Parts: sequence; structure tokens; C-alpha cells
Amino acid sequence: MPSASALLRAATSDTPPRLRATGLACARGTRVLFRGLDFELGPGQLLWLRGRNGAGKTSLLKLAAGLAEPHEGRIDIDGVPARRAERQDRLVFVAHANALKDDLAAGEALAFLLRIHGRPFDGATLDAALDRLGILSRRDAPVRTLSQGQRRRVALARLAVEQRPTLWLLDEPFDALDTDGLSRVNAVLAGHLYRGGSIMLTSHLDLDTAVLHPIELDLDRASSLAKP
Amino acid sequence: MGSLLVAVYLRDLRLALRRRIEALLPIAFFIVAASLFPLGVGPEPQMLRQIGPGIVWVCALLAAMLSVTGLYAGDHADGSLEQMLLCEYGGLAAATAKAAAHWTVTGLPLVICAPLFGLAFDLPADAIAALVFSLVLGTPMLSLLGSVGAALTLGLRSAGVLLILIVLPLAIPALIFGTGAVAAVDGGQSAQGQFSLLGALLIFTTLTALPATAAALRISVE
Repeated sequence: MPSASALLRAATSDTPPRLRATGLACARGTRVLFRGLDFELGPGQLLWLRGRNGAGKTSLLKLAAGLAEPHEGRIDIDGVPARRAERQDRLVFVAHANALKDDLAAGEALAFLLRIHGRPFDGATLDAALDRLGILSRRDAPVRTLSQGQRRRVALARLAVEQRPTLWLLDEPFDALDTDGLSRVNAVLAGHLYRGGSIMLTSHLDLDTAVLHPIELDLDRASSLAKP
Repeated sequence: MGSLLVAVYLRDLRLALRRRIEALLPIAFFIVAASLFPLGVGPEPQMLRQIGPGIVWVCALLAAMLSVTGLYAGDHADGSLEQMLLCEYGGLAAATAKAAAHWTVTGLPLVICAPLFGLAFDLPADAIAALVFSLVLGTPMLSLLGSVGAALTLGLRSAGVLLILIVLPLAIPALIFGTGAVAAVDGGQSAQGQFSLLGALLIFTTLTALPATAAALRISVE
């Protein structure tokens, strides 16, 4: 199978889209959030999801992460439906919740997340990642004692470990961060784009367009299509 | 799948160690509840010997139900569950690891405490051995059934009561064969049949409860 898909890729284009949605629709209960959504996200590109609250930004991230089934249409990662793709090696999903346990130390909580996703989680890697996000001094502090911004930094330190150009799905990554945190995260994101990675994120803050060159996707427009 | 399983299991044990008081509550409940019965029904040795195994089993069942209520709630609320489900076979590995950790933290201490209650209820030595062995086979089943209930009731408001209503009927066979084994040994018969049935139930529960839990977890994060 891999050879067949590789052939197909070679036939269509040199740089296949890492993420592709075709005629995608998302429903929560009986309400359709958006319908007929088409987009492609290639290597080195950053897609900025916009839209009012409840437009389906988080739902779209979950669809891309393969945590939910599309209502209609399809969403593919590297040509494979997101629900069935081997997601562990292809994407990193940092949700709005930080997934850190209150009773663990910041370093332990980060090590757990790296470990379950098959990334290196030795002391040196942890220190380097926490240092990159400027939170190394709090490594042994229980997550319970960290502020919201500090927790966000620990959760995002996962990204600093990544070496390969994969797909990052980030739900409000800049939430609760101060200016120092913002610039550190921006640097990590820019580094990922530079190595050919792809990023899809939501943010109610304005992005640093000079560094990240975001492509905007407005879900409000897609949701206006949802109404018959 | 293996690394996720080990990581989640070790993390849950570590979390239990950090919250020792909370982890010991089910055992404390078990001890207090089982000790209340002699006070209630009177201290006649003959009567206690007869109802002892049943009391130990029912209290173990209730202790397991009490402790399993929040098995997935924390991981669901803080986003850890989503991260686990992103892994390959994440649902199955998480369900297995968390049920195993739950058994280690609550089931195993119950098994260890059981001989003490056997002595307290004046059971003969071979009946105590049968009681312990029936709990060794039975308590993993309670953790597995409880984890299905915990996954199904994730995010519901009255999850605790609903979970008990879902799981208790499913645990009835284990209760019947568990206490039946002790009664058989106490009556001078072999408990082979009851143990075989308990073993078969354990295998059946493992094979059905884990995929059911995994499916319920996947639905809960959608």
C-alpha cells in the first residue's frame, strides 16, 4: 500500500498537502456547524482558523486529529483519512486543555506526554524543551502550583522536542501567555515552518504575520453555507 | 500500544502514591463496612461464619464501585484522555492500563485484607483460602466492569449513582460464584466448579469490557 500511495503522490504533485479537507461538514448534535469546507495545508504553511465562538474551530481541529468522524466529506492526513491514519508519527495535537496532572511535577507531566507519543523523554530532552519555553526553573514544581501561563508553557514544551516536519494542531496556543511566552512560542512555530512542518491553529489574538505568514480560514463564511 | 499501557499504568500508580489518603479510602470503607455487620446481626459465631463470605464479597463490590466512579473523570476533564486516544490503539491501551492500575490500588489490598476478615468471622483455614482465591479472580472483574461504567457515564452529572446501577447487575454472577465457592469449601465439597466459572467469567469480562470501554472513551471525546 505505501508504494501505491507514494506513486499517486508523485503523479499529483511534488509537495502533497499534509492536510486536505474536501466537502467537509461538522455537526454537533443536530446542528451543522459548517458544511462544504475545502482547504489544503502544505509543508511550511500555517493555517489560522478564525470565526466567532461556536463556529466550530475546535471541532475542526478534532476532525483533523481524527478524534471525531466528519458529518460529511472527508479530511485526509498525507492522503489517509485522519480517523485511520497513524496519527502518532504524523501529528501533534495540543488541545485547549493542557493535559497536565495537578499532582505531578511539571517535568514529570511533560515526560508522560512525550512518552505516550513515543518521543524521547530523558532528562536532557526535558530540560532543553522546558528551557526553550523559559520554564526550566519550575521543572520540579507540582503542576498545581503553576499559573495558567506557566502550565501553557509546559504543555507547549512538547513542541520544542519535535524534530520532524509533521502536522501541528494547536487550539489557542497563545492563551494566557505573556509577551515573553508569545515570542518564545512564535520562535518554535517559525522553526517548525522553516523545516517544512505544517501548523493549523486557532487564536483570538492577532498572529505575528511577519514571522508566521498565516493563511486565514474563516469558518463564519463556511458556516453561512451550512444554512439551507 | 505497549509503551502507552506501561506509561499510563505507572503514572496512575504514582498519582495514587501522591494522594495516599484518597487511594486508601476504599479500603477504609471496606474495613468499616465489613466490621459493622457483626455489630448489627449479633456476635453468634455460627451465624457470622455463615454470612462472613457474603459480607466480604458485598463490601468488596461496593468498595470497588465507590472508587471506580472517578476513574476517567480526571483524565477527561484535563485533556489527558484525548492525548491517550491519539495513540495507536489508545482506547484499548488506556482502558487496560487504567483498569489494571485500579485493581492494583483497590482490588489487591482488598484481597490482602480478606484473610483478616476470614479470621474475624471465624472461618476455617480452607474456607479463608477459598475466599482469597475467589477474590483474586473476582476483584479484577469488578475493576473491569467498573471501568465500562465509568467510561459510559463520563461527563454525566449523576454519574456515580448511574454507574452503580449499570454495573451492580453485571457483577451478580461474580458475587454468586465467589460466595458459592467459599460455601462449598465450608460444606466440605470441592470448589473447583465455582473457580472454573469465575475464571471463565474473568476471561469473558476481559475480552468484552476492554473494547467496550475503549469505544465509550472514543465517543466521550468526540
